[in-house]
Amino acid sequence: MKLATTVQMAAAALQTNRVRTALTALGVIIGVGAVVTMMAIGAGAQSRVAEQIRSLGSNLIIVLSGSITAGGVRLGSGSQLTITEDDARAIQREVTGVDVAAPVIRGGVQVVFGNSNWSTALQGVTPEYFRARDWDVTSGRALTQDDQDTAAKVTVLGQTVADNLFGATDPVGQTVRIKAAPFTVVGVLSRKGQSTRGEDQDDTLMIPLSTAQKKVLGTSQANARSVATILVKVADPARLGEAESDIRRLLRERHHLQPGQDDDFATRNLSEILASQEAASRVLSLLLAAVAAVSLVVGGIGIMNIMLVSVTERTREIGLRRAVGARRRDILGQFLLEAMFVSLAGGLIGIVGGIAGSYAIGYIFEWSVLISWSAVVPAFLFAAAVGVFFGYYPARKASRLKPIEALRYE
Amino acid sequence: MRPVRGGAGLESPLIETRQLGKDYSLGDHVVHALRDVSVTIGAGEMVAVMGPSGSGKSTFMTILGCLDTPTTGQYRLEGRDVSGLDDDQLSAIRNRRIGFVFQQFNLLPRITAQGNVEMPLLYRDVPARERHERARRKLEVVGLATRAEHRPSQLSGGQQQRVAIARALVNDPVLLLADEPTGNLDTRTSAEIMAVVQALHRTGLTIVLVTHEPDIAQYAQRILSFRDGELVGDEPVQNRRDARAA
Repeated sequence: MKLATTVQMAAAALQTNRVRTALTALGVIIGVGAVVTMMAIGAGAQSRVAEQIRSLGSNLIIVLSGSITAGGVRLGSGSQLTITEDDARAIQREVTGVDVAAPVIRGGVQVVFGNSNWSTALQGVTPEYFRARDWDVTSGRALTQDDQDTAAKVTVLGQTVADNLFGATDPVGQTVRIKAAPFTVVGVLSRKGQSTRGEDQDDTLMIPLSTAQKKVLGTSQANARSVATILVKVADPARLGEAESDIRRLLRERHHLQPGQDDDFATRNLSEILASQEAASRVLSLLLAAVAAVSLVVGGIGIMNIMLVSVTERTREIGLRRAVGARRRDILGQFLLEAMFVSLAGGLIGIVGGIAGSYAIGYIFEWSVLISWSAVVPAFLFAAAVGVFFGYYPARKASRLKPIEALRYE
Repeated sequence: MRPVRGGAGLESPLIETRQLGKDYSLGDHVVHALRDVSVTIGAGEMVAVMGPSGSGKSTFMTILGCLDTPTTGQYRLEGRDVSGLDDDQLSAIRNRRIGFVFQQFNLLPRITAQGNVEMPLLYRDVPARERHERARRKLEVVGLATRAEHRPSQLSGGQQQRVAIARALVNDPVLLLADEPTGNLDTRTSAEIMAVVQALHRTGLTIVLVTHEPDIAQYAQRILSFRDGELVGDEPVQNRRDARAA
């Protein structure tokens, strides 16, 4: 028998029992809808975690000054300023895949405006820093190369510092005192929030690196150009490890370290934190999808159940069809198609419902949801497979009935 | 478009069975539903098969109708041995060569008379338009052309059985098998149905009629009697009844 005829027959059979067909499909609708919704929520959570981590600097390598050993006591990272501005420049110039390398020195300072004061972390930075951290100003301007070249007494404030010193007034253009020296506030940074360690990243202020070295923090006696850290931004996060080992090789060379000698610097990156958090959210979304898939399987069992009832109910019809010439595969095809119809229709409605549900959840709970074809298409195919899988047993049962016994079935 | 009746011609009978036997195993012991049945039915004959329940007449009809295969012996339909055919081949024979009429009519309740008559044509991929025409013509033959769009529940018992006869005829079979066709009908309606059957017989169709009512058997030309699975009688009908007279 032609497929088109079988399709018509299956459709007609389903139409005669509309309520039952709808209830059978409901299991699949809920299953597919749940899979689509759960995967959208999972993917949304995953992308949000990734975005958060990226804002902290997922593609950053932090180069720290090494430790010195004085009389057998190792004084810890940064106790000796072994890396320099020139190292930063060399990294940016020579290591492939590096976007920018920003040298930084730090120190705690008290900053005064009028009769209020605030203690915070001062960072001496070059203009590259803002690019390395993807950090913009909300008002005024960032530090420029000109500020750096002239060692200008200008500063850019973090939000926390700006709030504490100025409250509601606009800090831009005002003068603050840092270690008794007057600095003009040229900009306020955008809010960055907490770091992965829970530190307030906005409790800081920035001045040009040259100004910090010459006028505020002073310089190391060993090397006037040395810095505490270099932030290296890599263009492609996937090449982070490669860039890190290139940097290590370059710095060992520049610092004239012999093979076997310890590094006099250290490198860190956030990629491991990123990887573990992404893994956690991936497990979460897999778990959600698995729970939803279980409901889809339950829907499939619903189909099988109803199809078995239907086969029993229609035993005489099957016997008659066999008597007038239906082959086993005609009967098999008819019942299999009925099951597939239900599951495919259920799958389509479930997808529409799932997408609507995802947006509704995203809107009501203000969660980010992400619907992708890579979730929708497999959910639909899975529904079709459920139809075939759970429809096959009843259909086979129908096709195996002996015509004469089926005809005489009461 | 008359069917090719008795493809092997007059030389070979339409139906020929030799030592036909059918066994069923019920647990430990074997039931011989049919034993050593050898019978020949020529093309164009009208034969009644009689016997009490459990006599084997239904089993005999089941095998004649290719709904089941014999355990032993041989069954030739139109000169062709069908005892050893596989399920698909038997389906094809049922579809093209044999028409069935049952006691319970066995119409599909949710489709029209027309749809019911068309149903066997679905299994040989007849285009929709030809299906409609052929079904309409067979409904005319049984006198129900005006009821084509009615559902079985809207028809009387006699009308339902006539739809079933039209369905049996739609593939222009060589053999019409009627299993207690009047079993669910009153006397008058039974006579009407038998008139239709006899009219078909007059057009040359071979008819095998299974019944336990002697009255009905009298409409046939010849009566085969079964008892305990064996053929115990094969006699011509003396005073054949004509349903037109009733």
